[in-house]
Amino acid sequence: MNPSNVVILSAILFSIGAIGVLVRRNAIIVFMCVELMLNAANLAFVAFARMNGNLDGQVVAFFVMVVAAAEVVVGLAIIVTIFRTRRSASIDEPNLLKY
Amino acid sequence: MISTSAVVWAEGAPTLQELMPAEGVFSLIWLLIALPLLGAVVLLLGGRRTNRWGPYLAVLTVTASAVLGILMVIGLMGRGAEERSIGQSLFTWVFAGQFEADMAFQLDQLSMVFVLLITIVGALIHVYSLGYMAEDPNRRKFFGYLNLFVAAMLILVLANNYLLLYVGWEGVGLASYLLIGFWQHKPTAAAAAKKAFIINRVGDVGLSIAIMVIFVTFGSVTFDDVFGQASEVNEGTLTAIGLLLLLAAAGKSAQFPLQAWLLDAMEGPTPVSALIHAATMVTAGVYLIARSNAIYDRAVWAATAVVVVGLITIFMGAIIGSAKDDIKKSLAGSTMSQIGYMIMAAGLGPIGYVFAIFHLLTHGVFKAGLFLGAGSVMHGMHDNVNMRRYGALRAAMGVTFVTFMAGYLAIIGIPPFSGFWSKDEIIHAAFERSPIIGSLAILAAGITGFYMTRMVAMTFFGKARWEDDVHPHESPKVMTIPLIILAIGSTFLGMALLFWGNIETWLEPVVGFSTAESPLSTTAVIAISLAFVIVGSVIGWISYARREVPIVAPRGSWLTRAARADLYGDAVNEGVIVRPSFWLSRVLIWFDARVIDGIVNGSAALVGGSSGRMRRYQSGFARSYALSMVGGAVIVLLALVLVRLS
Repeated sequence: MNPSNVVILSAILFSIGAIGVLVRRNAIIVFMCVELMLNAANLAFVAFARMNGNLDGQVVAFFVMVVAAAEVVVGLAIIVTIFRTRRSASIDEPNLLKY
Repeated sequence: MISTSAVVWAEGAPTLQELMPAEGVFSLIWLLIALPLLGAVVLLLGGRRTNRWGPYLAVLTVTASAVLGILMVIGLMGRGAEERSIGQSLFTWVFAGQFEADMAFQLDQLSMVFVLLITIVGALIHVYSLGYMAEDPNRRKFFGYLNLFVAAMLILVLANNYLLLYVGWEGVGLASYLLIGFWQHKPTAAAAAKKAFIINRVGDVGLSIAIMVIFVTFGSVTFDDVFGQASEVNEGTLTAIGLLLLLAAAGKSAQFPLQAWLLDAMEGPTPVSALIHAATMVTAGVYLIARSNAIYDRAVWAATAVVVVGLITIFMGAIIGSAKDDIKKSLAGSTMSQIGYMIMAAGLGPIGYVFAIFHLLTHGVFKAGLFLGAGSVMHGMHDNVNMRRYGALRAAMGVTFVTFMAGYLAIIGIPPFSGFWSKDEIIHAAFERSPIIGSLAILAAGITGFYMTRMVAMTFFGKARWEDDVHPHESPKVMTIPLIILAIGSTFLGMALLFWGNIETWLEPVVGFSTAESPLSTTAVIAISLAFVIVGSVIGWISYARREVPIVAPRGSWLTRAARADLYGDAVNEGVIVRPSFWLSRVLIWFDARVIDGIVNGSAALVGGSSGRMRRYQSGFARSYALSMVGGAVIVLLALVLVRLS
């Protein structure tokens, strides 16, 4: 299998995730799109590691997973709290933190 | 360098004397200064505890200095002329890179006569002040300041370098300021003190710049180095130094154009006027010029400027003195005029230095006597200074009258009183330089006769014009004894210095001496100047003793009115210096408020306004932040790609 195909796949996945973050309003979906972007990046790391023949990229992928897991914990907690107070998971509604 | 170096234009310039080590009584040169300085420290820091005995301590310290000075002059007279210059170095005072100034003193023939004048006249005035200031609650402070003045003045004349001289120069300025404003509860006295200080500042700037130029030119500020190398320096530099020193002298000695402060300085207590503003401090300018003779002898334009300044001031002072009704201000005008004589003589070169110092000494004694006499009159007249309310005091104040007359005859130059000898020598020296200068000096001598006769006539002769509750009485002995001693000095000092002290040969090693062919013989000069003096005096007598003196001053001619207004000295300062300064500062304020503040405030407003607009992008919509992040990332990526491709 040609590793460059994997890189192209990761680019497609990243783009899908980015567009999802920009266009969807539901916080859960946006969150999933963020995870999609992170994993697309992981895929790219692993592919490049494979191409270059060393393990650095794979190690970074593990780190990203750890960070993503932590981020999910914090992010979901925030989303749940917002949902409890506002009865909505829309990402556009909590907009008080501004100028 | 050699081709442009200055040559001596005046004959008779002195050769530099080698300094002798300080031995015997001369190892105590520092003590001359330390004694009054100690008195000042004890009195000013000791506080009220010293109230009772402080004034006597002050008298004691100055008297001890005077005794020491007399011992030293006896020691100097016992030595040969070439061994009379003594140096004493205490320690290195300022040391920075190539610059070095020592706390070092130089006692030579010139310093010696000044030390005697300062300490002896100073001691007499201290004694007089015991009586004059007896009632003053702050008299401890007064004596502390007087001691401080004596110490500073001694530093000035004993310093062996220009920097230490500058310390004394500023010290006497400070003491003068403190003593003019001694009765600070009077707004006029406080204002006069400030005026004296500020105008002196102008001259002091001249001195400080002169010292800088001297250091840059000679690489040293000691007198020996400067005068020894003066012949290797080009004339332009020496002229610059000479003119700057003249500015300093004009400030301290109340010469044109910095003369305006001296008349107001009469707000101070009368002993102060006698000691500082007649006998010693105001003559420091003459000392500076005579001391720097090596510079003036090689800078003919600077010396000419000195003569011109002196001549202008002789007439300004005499005219002001002729019109004032305030006895002290009239005497102050006379002081300006007499110092003008000295400055003029000092500008004549080696034919004049000796007589400038000679006149300085006789004037120091007889003018101190006249001022103390005026103080004695005021003491008996409830501190009234208006001569139009005096008259016929000769019966009421016998001692004051007789001593005042001795000073009067001395200042107008009647032989054999002391002023005759010194003034006559100056006039003669002036004729040796130029008949014009000599004629002007004689004319001014006539005016001197007029205003002094006017003063004596209004004060001691004519009818009594006293205020109702005034009962004139003679002053106590503690005041009259100094008057008597000064009167004896006014009578005999001229002859003593000239015939017994040989003032020319005494001072020659320091300031040089020469004579030149004069268009008039000595006898002719004496006859003409005496004729002028007598004519002036007779006019004064007829106008103020034979005729009734009105109590309210008549309007007078334009010249009288101008002289009463100090010849518009204040108006000139106001118009030439103060107003333009105000305008300049207004322009600067405008520039500061509009341009400088405009730039500062404008840039602040620009940043503030633009950040207010930028703030709007903080909209609170998370997705718009995400969009800007994506946009930014895309731009960075595109930039990377473009850079790679090109």
